[in-house]
Amino acid sequence: MKKFLALALALALCLTSVAAMADAVTLSVAHIGPTTGPAALYGLATLHGAEIAVEEINAAGEFQITLINEDDEHNVEKTVNAYNAAMDAGAQVILGTTTSKPCEAVSAVAAEERVFMVTPSASSPAVIEDKDNIFQICFTDPNQGLASAEYIVSHKLGEKVFVIYNNADVYSIGIRDTFIAKAAELGLEVVGEEVFNDETTDFTVQVAAAQNAGADLVFLPIYYTPASLILQVAASREYKPVFFGVDGMDGILSIEGFDTSLAEGVMLLTPFVATSEDEAVKSFVTKYEAAYGETPIQFAADAYDGIYTIVEACKAAGVTSGMAPEEVCEALIAVMPNLTVNGLTGTMTWDASGAVSKTPMAAVIENGVYVIDVE
Amino acid sequence: MTKAKRNRLIYNCVTFAVVILAFLVLQNMIANKTITRALKGQLVPICCWIVMAVSLNLVIGISGELSLGHAGFMSVGAFTGAVVSGWLLNSFGMENETLRLVLAIIGGGLIAGIAGVIIGVPVLRLRGDYLAIVTLAFGEIIRNLVNVTYIGVADGRLVFSFLNKKMPDGVKMLVDGASGAVKVAKISTFTMGFALVLVTLVVVLNLVNSRSGRAIKAIRDNRIAAESMGVPVTKYKMMAFVTAAVLAGMAGALYGLNSSTVVPSQFTFNQSINVLVFVVLGGLGNVLGSVISATLLTVLPEVLRAFADYRMLVYAIVLILVMIFTNNPTIRSFVDRLTAPVKKLFHGKGADKGGARA
Repeated sequence: MKKFLALALALALCLTSVAAMADAVTLSVAHIGPTTGPAALYGLATLHGAEIAVEEINAAGEFQITLINEDDEHNVEKTVNAYNAAMDAGAQVILGTTTSKPCEAVSAVAAEERVFMVTPSASSPAVIEDKDNIFQICFTDPNQGLASAEYIVSHKLGEKVFVIYNNADVYSIGIRDTFIAKAAELGLEVVGEEVFNDETTDFTVQVAAAQNAGADLVFLPIYYTPASLILQVAASREYKPVFFGVDGMDGILSIEGFDTSLAEGVMLLTPFVATSEDEAVKSFVTKYEAAYGETPIQFAADAYDGIYTIVEACKAAGVTSGMAPEEVCEALIAVMPNLTVNGLTGTMTWDASGAVSKTPMAAVIENGVYVIDVE
Repeated sequence: MTKAKRNRLIYNCVTFAVVILAFLVLQNMIANKTITRALKGQLVPICCWIVMAVSLNLVIGISGELSLGHAGFMSVGAFTGAVVSGWLLNSFGMENETLRLVLAIIGGGLIAGIAGVIIGVPVLRLRGDYLAIVTLAFGEIIRNLVNVTYIGVADGRLVFSFLNKKMPDGVKMLVDGASGAVKVAKISTFTMGFALVLVTLVVVLNLVNSRSGRAIKAIRDNRIAAESMGVPVTKYKMMAFVTAAVLAGMAGALYGLNSSTVVPSQFTFNQSINVLVFVVLGGLGNVLGSVISATLLTVLPEVLRAFADYRMLVYAIVLILVMIFTNNPTIRSFVDRLTAPVKKLFHGKGADKGGARA
């Protein structure tokens, strides 16, 4: 009798779960990013972030997402192959691609073929330009410049700003240009600028110029490697302004052989801080650490938000199982401008161009970890 | 007709037949919509890599010089092609895509050819492995030059800027420094790729089998003997090298116009080595071999997607296995026995492998 009861119960359980499955909307989402090769760090982060989001959503039951993963090796030719392979595998929506240049190539194809795409981390403006079906989770490079200027002014971090940037790098130039324009608009005084390029290893000239100009804040729209050298020079000259970086600064604490005490007090604009007290972030970080044995970086959080954005948009648009990618695309484009998503990286809304707007957050480095900057 | 001539004719016919047959089958698949997206998307790159491999084979296999910067010529072609196409569209309003593509390919070939002459003139006079080092450096130089080159169109005129991006207002960027060629109009077609492959085969096979080709091979086999027979060494080496550069430039233009974005970092030393692998795997001097190996090795990583992260490992193992098997005497004699009846059909008795090395 007991056995029978157990069997019946099990059967009932099966039936209900089948019923739940039958009600659920099935959706195929393809993640495209470099999971091998030199940029694998970023591709794996977005893949893992997306996997955690998919797991949560599938467990909730309303949507059943199949995550297809295609590797693009951070290569412009391979990424289009990866996109085609994903579409062959039945993908309806694309989460990707992780890196900017490949994303420009894929987004052009996706715009032509009408496939809806959300990129977690491809930040170049060309990714979304002239395309109505490509949306970004991260700030575009120029928007980081805007957000930085606004943040510095609204939090009164400094009055005399000095900019050191890489004039051989599109990323750096893009942020610097909008930062300078916005600073002028907001009445933030920029007392000087210095440039360097990829081969520069000695930053004495640049730092001395900032010091002589009497700057109390140095804006560094650059990657973390040159930034670490700048910090070393500043420390040796006993020059202690506020250093303010952007998302390229993320990673400065993991440079081998770098004295992290030099980075104390450095601020950076980042959408995600793993040590945040926010419940959602805490839960995400715990799951991520349990599953992959490492602390998530902002790329993982971006991808996690990307999956949720797709699902929220599908809910709003009333997407049903088995719709063709083109139908899904048109339905989602219509709802995106009215959508608000509360994600790990902030509360996000989009305009029709595909650029995201969310409140920029800044982290400050204290005792070797990122801490959210609160007043 | 001598036996050697007949062998050559058969080899050339087989080469063209294979390529044309493949084109017809693929066109049929496209028409029937039985082709997968993944394969269809690779057709143009495959054509480009075939042209690259065949042209590099001309330098390495036929003229016996080692070139490690073939991707550099491709890069020159790709960016020239993007500029020519963008210029024609924006300044002259040329909407005809085929015409624009043809002109872009010719432009790419021309500029790459000039680059080939500039490198070839001093270097091909030297003996030893200097060409390898100089071409290697050339590939890197091109990449760094493109990184600081800004080309745009404003008011129907081309605007150039070097080192610093100083552009007039309302400019439409064609080549934007480190971001490479941006927003390229994708106009490459498989048909044009096929045409380019045919042109390459006609040029290379005819060159190889001509008087000049024999001179080139004579220099490869024994430079001193060739010189003593009165063969002008530099002239013939230049002929092979510049032809290869022009073809690589054409392939580059086709390749560049197949994607909406082209970056200088796509054409690195690694890419040159990749093409070298195609050539070595297909057999030095074997044109048909280059065609087949370029095709297979371009498709292979995509076919191996099922292995996910292990696919490049599998790719490497496949490469090693192919190298071992094609050089294994037992397997070679087995293949010869298999193909013997076919060869007999053409030769009567006494079939040999004469055609393999053109």
